[in-house]
Amino acid sequence: MTTLAARTDMSIVGRWWRTVDRWLLAALAVLMLSGALFAMAASPAVAERIGLSSMYFVRRQMMFLPLAGFVLVAFSMMDARTVRRAAVILFGVFFLLTGATLVFGAELNGAKRWLSVFGFALQPSEFLKPTLIVTCAWMFSEQFKNGSFPGNRIAAVLGLACIGFLIMQPDFGQSFLIFLVWSALFFMAGLPVSVIALLVVAGIVTVIAAYTYLPHVASRIDRFLDPSSGDTYQTETAMNAFQAGGFFGRGPGEGMVKRALPDAHTDFIFAVIGEEFGLFACLGLVLLFGFIVIRGYLLLLREEDPFVYLSVGGLLGLFGIQALINIGVNLNVLPAKGMTLPFISYGGSSLLAMAMAMGMVLALTRRRRLDRPAHYGESWAGGAAS
Amino acid sequence: MRTITAQDTPIAPGRTLRSVRSRIIFTVMLFGLAFAGLSVRVVDLGLSAEASAWSAARSGAADMLPARADIVDRNGTLLATDLKTISISANPQKVQHSGEAAQQLAQVLGGVDPAVLEHRLSSTSSFAWIKRKVTPEEQHAVNQLGIPGITFRDEIQRLYPQGSLTAHVVGYNSIDNEGLSGLERAFDEELRDRAADNEGPLRLALDMRVQHAMHEELGAAMRQFNAAGAAGIVMDARTSQVVALVSLPDFDPNDPGSAAADRQYMNRASQGVYEMGSTFKTYTMALALEHGVASMDDAYDATHPIQISRFTIRDDHPKARWLNLPEIFMYSSNIGTARIVADAGNGLQKDFMQTLGLLNRPDFELPETGTPMVPENWRNVQSMTVSYGYGIAVSGLQVANSIAALVNGGTLHRPTLLLNPDARDDISRQVISAETSEQVQALMRLVVEKGTGRNADAPGYLVGGKTGTAEKSTYGGYNRDALVTSFVAAFPIDDPQYVVFVMLDEPKGNESTYGFAGAGWTAAPIVRGLVPRIAPLLGVAPSKDDSHPMTRELVRMITPEVRS
Repeated sequence: MTTLAARTDMSIVGRWWRTVDRWLLAALAVLMLSGALFAMAASPAVAERIGLSSMYFVRRQMMFLPLAGFVLVAFSMMDARTVRRAAVILFGVFFLLTGATLVFGAELNGAKRWLSVFGFALQPSEFLKPTLIVTCAWMFSEQFKNGSFPGNRIAAVLGLACIGFLIMQPDFGQSFLIFLVWSALFFMAGLPVSVIALLVVAGIVTVIAAYTYLPHVASRIDRFLDPSSGDTYQTETAMNAFQAGGFFGRGPGEGMVKRALPDAHTDFIFAVIGEEFGLFACLGLVLLFGFIVIRGYLLLLREEDPFVYLSVGGLLGLFGIQALINIGVNLNVLPAKGMTLPFISYGGSSLLAMAMAMGMVLALTRRRRLDRPAHYGESWAGGAAS
Repeated sequence: MRTITAQDTPIAPGRTLRSVRSRIIFTVMLFGLAFAGLSVRVVDLGLSAEASAWSAARSGAADMLPARADIVDRNGTLLATDLKTISISANPQKVQHSGEAAQQLAQVLGGVDPAVLEHRLSSTSSFAWIKRKVTPEEQHAVNQLGIPGITFRDEIQRLYPQGSLTAHVVGYNSIDNEGLSGLERAFDEELRDRAADNEGPLRLALDMRVQHAMHEELGAAMRQFNAAGAAGIVMDARTSQVVALVSLPDFDPNDPGSAAADRQYMNRASQGVYEMGSTFKTYTMALALEHGVASMDDAYDATHPIQISRFTIRDDHPKARWLNLPEIFMYSSNIGTARIVADAGNGLQKDFMQTLGLLNRPDFELPETGTPMVPENWRNVQSMTVSYGYGIAVSGLQVANSIAALVNGGTLHRPTLLLNPDARDDISRQVISAETSEQVQALMRLVVEKGTGRNADAPGYLVGGKTGTAEKSTYGGYNRDALVTSFVAAFPIDDPQYVVFVMLDEPKGNESTYGFAGAGWTAAPIVRGLVPRIAPLLGVAPSKDDSHPMTRELVRMITPEVRS
């Protein structure tokens, strides 16, 4: 009887609960809650070291977490059209704000990436990434529907503009990430292999150019390939943390190596988790990220809307690549590159932006057909093929 | 970068869905591979961490804790033990601001010079000690600094809970835990082997309660008479096990500093050799009585000093008459003693000294065991001076051990600090007869009852002993103001169980001694204070008798006029 009642419950929340992918939702909830736990392990040491009260970062993260949860659920309740509109509007806003950082931004470690908003340091580039992806996905999908619409061209221009802004900040990590996701978007959009090859070549050329003309990029890559060539303190300390933790960890709060690890609460939080909670916890985290990405992509296989395909594909790509790079650097299989671990690393902007992105993924992967099948039937030309 | 568009390659709608689907699947596979790769890496790291932890645990049993066996006294009181501590080192190449780092480290670590530290931290090597064997508080403080390139390593600290009380017996180690002195050095390998084979602690014959009493009494006497040093030994008379061995001044073996190089911290009980003076008359008496050279009632002419070659042998308090053996001993007459040994002959005397182990370095566990200085030519003049303790220098340990043989019924043992010494090292042998031994007991008791050792007469315990006051030899003669005073005692003298040897190096007389600094005034009172303290600890009951039976006979032999 209750089931029947639920089925007929057409309220927004009831419809959302019936159509949302609960596996994905549960995985994201676990990820966010474990992020709260890990923040308590990693942040106090850093806060004490830089002279803040030990719970400073923990308190701030705890403040952002409920907000992030709200953002995630709110976005996941939108329908595809609303998602698209919201993304495009937000893209416009954050595109301007990212531009504004170049003028008004607070300088930290030689880079202007933050804007001060109501006492909070806002990093617009975090929000720029997912909104750019959805906007580009929309452009691609419009070209699919109407070959004469210059969607691909517009997407290319928007992507290049964003990458340009980020290089000027300078933030090579973010620009490289956007380039990767943006290329993946092109790939999924069905571009011929020849064009993909061109993109790959362009990527390689960019990396070589960065290696040649940017000394700090060169030194990072050198140090990764040949640890004896310079200071590998961070990665070495991270390795020590994993060694100290073993499979089962030293136990929460028992970490010693974390105190000597710079950026323990952000870029190297994975190593802290390794020391205190053990490599089994790390393995669980890797599998959780993998599950979310793969589950999300598999949900796409039943979709027929190119916009949904591409935006979910791009957002999952952003989420997955960011996790892969962060964990890869921590495990010393990639050269050192500052990249936050989604939902786990400290940082309000990154947390809220990721919540928004995954909220959109949840929204776009809802079983729409049960809701309003008619509206989407028109959107994908491929139906005729099978 | 080029602008890439898909415009010139129109896609057939039918192919699009398939190709997009296959590209999604391709992307999924890529991500799957990447996440699987990271999982493999995580497991790999975990296995290597477990492997290194496993090998560390395995090798740790052998070369970490404990590296050396504990040392305990006869009652199991801990004298030396291993403690795990932390040492702080750095990789100077990874320390970015050596000046700043040195300042910060010097602030939280005691006893570290920031200038020295900065020099070490700016070196080009990849290893430098910051401070070794720090406290947990210091480790925490350094960790809080979060300076890159600083590492902590486990080290072993040797700890001596009894501090200076055992400094000269147990000794101490280098910072790398190698024995530098005392038993730590003597049993360096043995202690490691015991730890490796889990054979338990090295158990000493020492009794810390007795050691403490001796330490306290000697220290008090040293202060009272403003002496430069003091030494004391308590030895089991029937086994020669050393129950207490103290040398003052001492030092804290937990922080020995330059103790090894400083002469004042020399082990005066076993390493220092001294001309002992009149204590040696005990040997001369034993020699005469054992070999039938003289009997108790034989008298010798002590009327005039003896002129021999360029020496004159005098008495400190001349009686200027003939003295029998008990009188010679109780008045400590040099002339009488010299005449006895002249009768015995110098060959017999030297053999006797040899038999008692006074002419060779004793076989004793401590590396700090002195070699006696003996006359090169043993002619009549040397023989006479040796008979009353000049011209020969031996250690207190040798005196205590040989006196133990003379009073215990005549058996000489190897002196030892161990509770269970190796039976193969036993050199026990009869050196005098039981009858002679009893006569020696009686003579020693006479000294305490009627002679120079009256200040050693501890109430309730039958103490027998002999004083020894020797002037220190200096270039060109003897110094009347620099004395070595000693007292060797046994109790209870009618059935000796323990021998006590005490010695003061350069005591000064004071008002309480009417300015006298001789052994009867300075060394003998230590024994009177000590024996009642240690006898109950050692299980020696107070004596019901007030004298040795044979001493009563000897007292009757003493010329009456002297007794008044």
